[in-house]
Amino acid sequence: MNARPAPDSLPPAADAANPVPALEARGLRKRYGEQTVVDGVDMQVARGECWGLLGPNGAGKTTFLRMVLGRTPPTEGSLRVLGLPVPEASAATRARIGLVPQLDTLDPDFTVVENLRVYAGYFGIRAREAHALIADLLAFANLEAKADAPISTLSGGMKRRLSLARALVNTPDLLVLDEPTTGLDPQARQLLWQRLRMLKSRGMSLVLTTHYMEEAARLCDRVTVMDRGRFLDTDTPARLVARHVEPQVVEVHGIDALEWHGAGGADAADRVEVVGDTVLCYLRDERPILDALRDRPGLEYLHRPANLEDVFLRLTGRDLRDA
Amino acid sequence: MSTTPATSAPHVRSYPAGLGWVPVWRRNLLFWRKLAPASMLANLGEPILYLLALGYGLGALVGGVGGIPYQVFLASGFICSSAMMTATFEATYSAYTRMAAQHTWDAMISTPLGVGDVVRGEIAWATTKSLMSATGVMVVGAAIGAVRGWQALLAIPAAALTGLCFSAIALVVTTIARSYDSFLYYTTLVMTPMFLLSGVFFPLAQMPEAIQRLATVLPLTHAVALVRPLVIGGSVEAPLLHVAVLLGYAATASALAARLARRRMLV
Repeated sequence: MNARPAPDSLPPAADAANPVPALEARGLRKRYGEQTVVDGVDMQVARGECWGLLGPNGAGKTTFLRMVLGRTPPTEGSLRVLGLPVPEASAATRARIGLVPQLDTLDPDFTVVENLRVYAGYFGIRAREAHALIADLLAFANLEAKADAPISTLSGGMKRRLSLARALVNTPDLLVLDEPTTGLDPQARQLLWQRLRMLKSRGMSLVLTTHYMEEAARLCDRVTVMDRGRFLDTDTPARLVARHVEPQVVEVHGIDALEWHGAGGADAADRVEVVGDTVLCYLRDERPILDALRDRPGLEYLHRPANLEDVFLRLTGRDLRDA
Repeated sequence: MSTTPATSAPHVRSYPAGLGWVPVWRRNLLFWRKLAPASMLANLGEPILYLLALGYGLGALVGGVGGIPYQVFLASGFICSSAMMTATFEATYSAYTRMAAQHTWDAMISTPLGVGDVVRGEIAWATTKSLMSATGVMVVGAAIGAVRGWQALLAIPAAALTGLCFSAIALVVTTIARSYDSFLYYTTLVMTPMFLLSGVFFPLAQMPEAIQRLATVLPLTHAVALVRPLVIGGSVEAPLLHVAVLLGYAATASALAARLARRRMLV
């Protein structure tokens, strides 16, 4: 496992050599009838940056990505992707975008290697040029042994890696990933993260949606918390945590937790959130509460540093795990 | 497109305008190749069964039609209905599978290909398949002596036009289908009457006046009117009219299918 760069040393990444942003949205809005799904958002993603869009299901993440891909015409606002206006020039931008969709759209009529070959054909890549490229992509995705396997025989992690390999056939400038690790087991997730970091280190711009806080914290230079169509705040994961929540969290759970809270047990905390049967105590100094909890053997508790999940809860008032 | 900057990936080249359908067509061809023997067997086996069973079985009862043996009459009509059926099934059930069940269209339009390219590629592919099955009927027809003269080769482009027409119409149905069951309406309410009322199995002249009038708007009627004389050796009456009707249906339905597909895919 590579060590993460110290978060506070990370400014919003910018590629000085390429001043054209990977993504630039202004006042972007999408309405379906009365319902506003994306509600006037502004964002700029620099070349070489990894930007994460974090929010529960139904927050508007996928609709935002669909607009980026030219799949959903915006109701209002302007959008430029790799310097070109979208949806007007979306065919030209898609030639330079790689997409890993939320639901696999691998072609079940073909084997692994045929999937890459056929998809390369959609980009107008000649069979001769595709050949060497596909060998590299199979190696990158760790799928060499499965080259001639039908799609139906692949595990979830293999399918997702093939989706990633497929998204790279056009050597994209911008890689768009919609919940790339949803449904994957921890090993498969780690492998995918490692590959994404590798791509980022090569200078590729990444835009991803996720509802895994850990994913956003590990991969993204900047994260935007999205809920109900709005971008609530954007910054590095560490700064978001520092700005919105107290540094220490004591989670108290179990059948007596709510009663303990009701009796004033959490009064020493700077702030308290109740999520289900868990009492979350946010504090600058955790010692008084930890001392008090030691005298309550019926309660289970966990002391941890604050993370993006707490930021999310603070900004949206919603429990992400329930979302 | 003049606004397209050079991509950082030099191997990516955009298709020349109007040729974006080619990779879509080629994808379907590549898949077909895996099942080619079975597909070709069906292309030849089905007309053999129909022409032998109906041609000789029914032919023994009815004798001839307008002085020509029934199997000769039937074979020329069957070229058209076969093109129609093949185009229809490919552009409904198979295309719907790629659009709705397998998300193949979603994958295609994540690339520089547009919805119009996908629609045109599907129509081109269903047309290709209908051409294969019409050719199969022609080969079987020739073997039983139902193809009379070299002018019959002109029936092949005519069958292709028939396939194009029905592929485009079927794709319109696909773009508004809610499930596979939707196609039952189309096959029952449109295809079956067309199959029976366009002069494939018997001459239209013996039908009631009202049905004859209805038949003049059915594209299959025009396909049969075009193909039959070419196959059995005779002069085609008003060939330009028949070609124009088939082309008109094809062009209108293609444009409508592209429009409806955009409405469905780009939301």
